[in-house]
Amino acid sequence: MAKGVWIVAEQRDGAFRKISFELASTARRLADQLGEEVCAVLCGAGIEGIAGQLGKYGVDRVFVADNPALEPYTTDAHAAAVAKVVKENDPAILLLGASTQGKDLSGRLVGKLATGLATDCTDVKIVDGKLLAIRPMYAGKCFGEIAIASFPQMASLRPNVFAAIENPKAGTVVKFDPALDPGQLKTKVVEVQKDTSGKVDLTEANVIVSGGRGMKGPEGYAILEELAVVLHATVGASRAAVDAGWRPQSDQVGQTGKVVSPNLYIACGVSGAIQHLAGMSSSKFIVAINKDPEAPIFTKADYGVVDDLFKVIPEFTKECKKLLA
Amino acid sequence: MNIVACVKQVPDTEAQIKVKPDGSGIEEGGIKWVMNPYDEFGVEEALRLKEKNGGEVTIVSVGPARAMETIRTALAMGADKGIHICDPAFDGADAYGTAEALAAAIKGIPHDVIFCGQRAIDDDSAQVGAVLAELLGIPQVTVVTKLEFTAGAVKAIRPIEGAQLLIESPLPCLITAQKGLNEPRYASLPGIMKAKKKPVDVKDAAALGVKPAVRAKVVRFVPPPARAAGKIICADNTPEGKAAELAKRLREEAKVI
Repeated sequence: MAKGVWIVAEQRDGAFRKISFELASTARRLADQLGEEVCAVLCGAGIEGIAGQLGKYGVDRVFVADNPALEPYTTDAHAAAVAKVVKENDPAILLLGASTQGKDLSGRLVGKLATGLATDCTDVKIVDGKLLAIRPMYAGKCFGEIAIASFPQMASLRPNVFAAIENPKAGTVVKFDPALDPGQLKTKVVEVQKDTSGKVDLTEANVIVSGGRGMKGPEGYAILEELAVVLHATVGASRAAVDAGWRPQSDQVGQTGKVVSPNLYIACGVSGAIQHLAGMSSSKFIVAINKDPEAPIFTKADYGVVDDLFKVIPEFTKECKKLLA
Repeated sequence: MNIVACVKQVPDTEAQIKVKPDGSGIEEGGIKWVMNPYDEFGVEEALRLKEKNGGEVTIVSVGPARAMETIRTALAMGADKGIHICDPAFDGADAYGTAEALAAAIKGIPHDVIFCGQRAIDDDSAQVGAVLAELLGIPQVTVVTKLEFTAGAVKAIRPIEGAQLLIESPLPCLITAQKGLNEPRYASLPGIMKAKKKPVDVKDAAALGVKPAVRAKVVRFVPPPARAAGKIICADNTPEGKAAELAKRLREEAKVI
């Protein structure tokens, strides 16, 4: 019988992504309710040494595949390795991150394991001994409660939503052979072009300063960039601003852009079209600055400022600088 | 080149989504149905590939009778033929069930490249492309913003957190399209007229030899959690005063900076 709560840990260049600890802590909570153990799968090359770190966040055992073919991540190699160890151990629940890598991998695993997956969950719990996953659908215009009838019951967790809580357990390393067949490794990563700007990705940012049509043009974003430096924030944009060519596609927040959940989301000159609200309403705290008091964004905002953003934001930046000095 | 593009009919991004009182689904009345925007990028890329290299573009969709409009839209854009997988047995299908039906339909036709959207904007599952690739035994490159095809292979740009990957895959291969890949064309009037005569094969589960089973089931739909009404910061009614009070409240009251 399927047993245990498993996670697929994510590392890049030998360092864990924060989502790995969020997964470990969440798995611990579910496993304690079930009275079962937490296991992690960790794949890569030269990563055996970091495996133990997962123990700090509640992992009992870490199944490690250390193999040059597992670095950098490719769907083919990682899906084969994870599917093998999962099939051999038959966990009840398998959690992954809803990061770019986790989404790519989890879909492929659904195919290999012929099971069900709830993507990008914002809550998971145990009801009657089974997983119940809660996730936004229609980009957050409604939520679905998902039950999975097959094993492992899979869910991917939205980054930045679940707390990483220290809860030391053994974190015992168990090495396994991924038994990769070179003939099955079809894709390869030819080049990794790193973003050297040091900008934190919107999906991982703690603070987002976002600009919409009210920024009036690409040059308007200069004041948001300045504020972002002070708040260690990432600058985002509405669809209107991206479609106008003011900001790159990768900055777009909304139903056809990125779905974000920072601690603080500051919407500047964003009217709050439903497709934008859908992408940011899981933010923990929302501020709206807009001169139109009727703008729908104010219905989602915890604090609203009705005024000319070009006057308010530079002052706000100065005040924040003072407070944070 | 034989190119397949999978499409799904979804509510328009501007649609208000209301949950039925019993939580069994969403109210469909008044919804404007469109082609999933990410699938549009896939269809456009398929058409560009055909225009460059010759070949044929087949549109495949799983959906109720109304999904035929979306298939016709893709045909009007320039695709050659369609397969409409239409059977009430697929209502509420999960990613595996949908991919199984798509795989059964696509197995029977030649395919060098398959395009899907990186996710559908209704269920936001972002799984079908990857499951389909697995069931067909072909590689996948997901969430792609740029493509370059060479003989028997493709190079794709895939943005990830803080980097862009250049990935190479042999063909056949499944690509899931992300915004930025291209600017989809509008169907022309002659295109719309021609589309009416293009062949669309309608198939049910029995014809495909699949038995849909729902593994991941939405047991209840619920409205999003309501947010309490916020505070409008007035201070002394000057931009400076509002800015100062906002900063102070964020620091002391909300404790988020």
